[in-house]
Amino acid sequence: MKNRFSRVAAFGLVLLLAVPFSWLAAQVEPDTVMQDTTGMIMEQIDLPRPAHLTLVRDSEGDAGGSVTIGWALSLDDGAGDDNVTGYNIYRMASDDDEFEMVGTASRGMTEYEDATTTDGVTYYYYVLTTSDAGGSKSDISGGVVSSAQWFNTKDLDTFVIGFIICFSVLFFIFSAQKGKKLYLRKIAGLEAVDEAIGRATEMGRPILFIPGILDVDDVQTIAGITILGRVARTIAEYDTKINMPVSRSIVLTTARETIRQAYIAAGRPDAYSDDMVHYVTDEQFGYVAAVDGIMVREKPATCFYIGAFFAESLIFAETGHSIGAIQIAGTAMPAQLPFFVAACDYTLIGEELFAASAYLSGEPKQLGSLKGQDVGKIIAMSAIVLLCVLFTVAAITESESVLSLANTIKGWFSAS
Amino acid sequence: MNFDVGIWIGAFLTLGIVSFLYKDNPWYKICEAIFIGISAGYWIASLFWQNLYSKLWANLWPALVALFTRFEITYELLYVIAAVLGIMMLLRLIPQIGWISRWPLALVVGATAGLQFINYLVSNGVKQVYNTIVPLFGPISDAGGIPPVQGWGEGVGNAIILIGTFTGLIYFFFSKEHKGFFGGAAKVGTWFLMITFGASFGYTVMSRMSLLIGRIDFLVNDWIIGTFG
Repeated sequence: MKNRFSRVAAFGLVLLLAVPFSWLAAQVEPDTVMQDTTGMIMEQIDLPRPAHLTLVRDSEGDAGGSVTIGWALSLDDGAGDDNVTGYNIYRMASDDDEFEMVGTASRGMTEYEDATTTDGVTYYYYVLTTSDAGGSKSDISGGVVSSAQWFNTKDLDTFVIGFIICFSVLFFIFSAQKGKKLYLRKIAGLEAVDEAIGRATEMGRPILFIPGILDVDDVQTIAGITILGRVARTIAEYDTKINMPVSRSIVLTTARETIRQAYIAAGRPDAYSDDMVHYVTDEQFGYVAAVDGIMVREKPATCFYIGAFFAESLIFAETGHSIGAIQIAGTAMPAQLPFFVAACDYTLIGEELFAASAYLSGEPKQLGSLKGQDVGKIIAMSAIVLLCVLFTVAAITESESVLSLANTIKGWFSAS
Repeated sequence: MNFDVGIWIGAFLTLGIVSFLYKDNPWYKICEAIFIGISAGYWIASLFWQNLYSKLWANLWPALVALFTRFEITYELLYVIAAVLGIMMLLRLIPQIGWISRWPLALVVGATAGLQFINYLVSNGVKQVYNTIVPLFGPISDAGGIPPVQGWGEGVGNAIILIGTFTGLIYFFFSKEHKGFFGGAAKVGTWFLMITFGASFGYTVMSRMSLLIGRIDFLVNDWIIGTFG
């Protein structure tokens, strides 16, 4: 009897303790309890409440390859427990098996642009709200496909700048076509062209013309071919020889056509020969080996290197220097200019190459194009000086209005 | 002694090309002829398989290409345009109608110029301007979107960037003669260019030295030590 009483008393005591503990346990929110895989309670931690996706769509007014994800802030971001540290954005393509993180956003932010999508692929997203204790997933949303729009509004600023330059180019072209004389300053290297050709004529040696190692789809090669036209005409008039090894098949046909036209213009079509231009190889250093061989065997009196060059620039210029040739170079490759400047007699630096092309041809289109680009330079110089001054004033005076104005104007040059 | 014919050929050709430093000689001529011949042949094969075969034929005649590849290939009519342009280029070989070859050439040049316009405008113009806009001095803070100036040293650096860019642009301004203030500014721009070229020259020469070291390493370790000991 006594034994039964003691068991009832023990059961009652357990109940008495269990009721308040179970009530306390019920007050704890489910997502603040971390459980291991067996369901055992390990510790009580404070995970942030999840953000909720409000927007998953193809980014508007872009060139494709981008999806915009928006969410409502977690209730613990700036409020509640205020323990949110940021948001991680996860993505899964319809062909994939699992989500992968594609980016992060700081706390307080409600939008992220995933600019790494492939157009035509369906994507799904969720946002993980993170804190020091861990993260909470949002619901999954998506089925979104990125695509390009007809008009990329993000590049509107670039469009306006490009439009102003194009308008200027057209204006100057029409002015030149109407007979207005457009002024271009003299370019030192060009004045040496006739002198260099004359020297080759006097010495009875050929002229070597290297149009770079890129194809005619590079603007430097086109500029080189234009200069070749003028050089070839003088060569035809002086009855000098020209040797032009090339590394691209289309450059071969273009150069032959250019030289042939120059010989016709000089009234000496019979003196033209296709052998003046010959293909060597597309391989960069194979071409270099061949040109070096030509230099030391034929000993040209004048070498022109006009076009796009890479590592071969110094090898050409050094070999040309060793045979005592007058060397005139022109390229817009920044890494190769130092070698030409150091080893050649005259160098057309960067845009001087294109200016030389316009200067020599005298064509209204090229002259107008160069003058139009000068308008672009005026815009650039004005913007740089104005904005540097504005930002400096804003930094010193801490004026919000000046800073706002400076940032607005600077934004016009933030091309995507 | 470990004889590897590939290493010996490599060493023979390397030394042959280097012998040009002494003077033009038969050994160099042999190496030059081998180099040019092999590379020209390689490029013909490469262009055939990478362009004619895998792009043109694969898209216009997939049944033929399917005989030699396990990848699925679909018919693409747009490549007819490329085929026609290619044939027009080859018409140059017939003198009577050779003028037709100018049309595809004009298309390539014109289309490339148009497509590159925006790239050049953005990378060589707009972004350069954007990155040159810096305050010359101010508080050490980036609060409110002001780019931070870390003390006077960085302020001076920013001023150098501004002066260098501005005077460099003046040097490349072709509509006005370089006289007076304009000429002085252009001269300063020239100095900036030359200092930049000097730095670039040294940097590139050092990278070329690493190429030379690579070749010497090949001759010493792979060839001499690898063969004799």
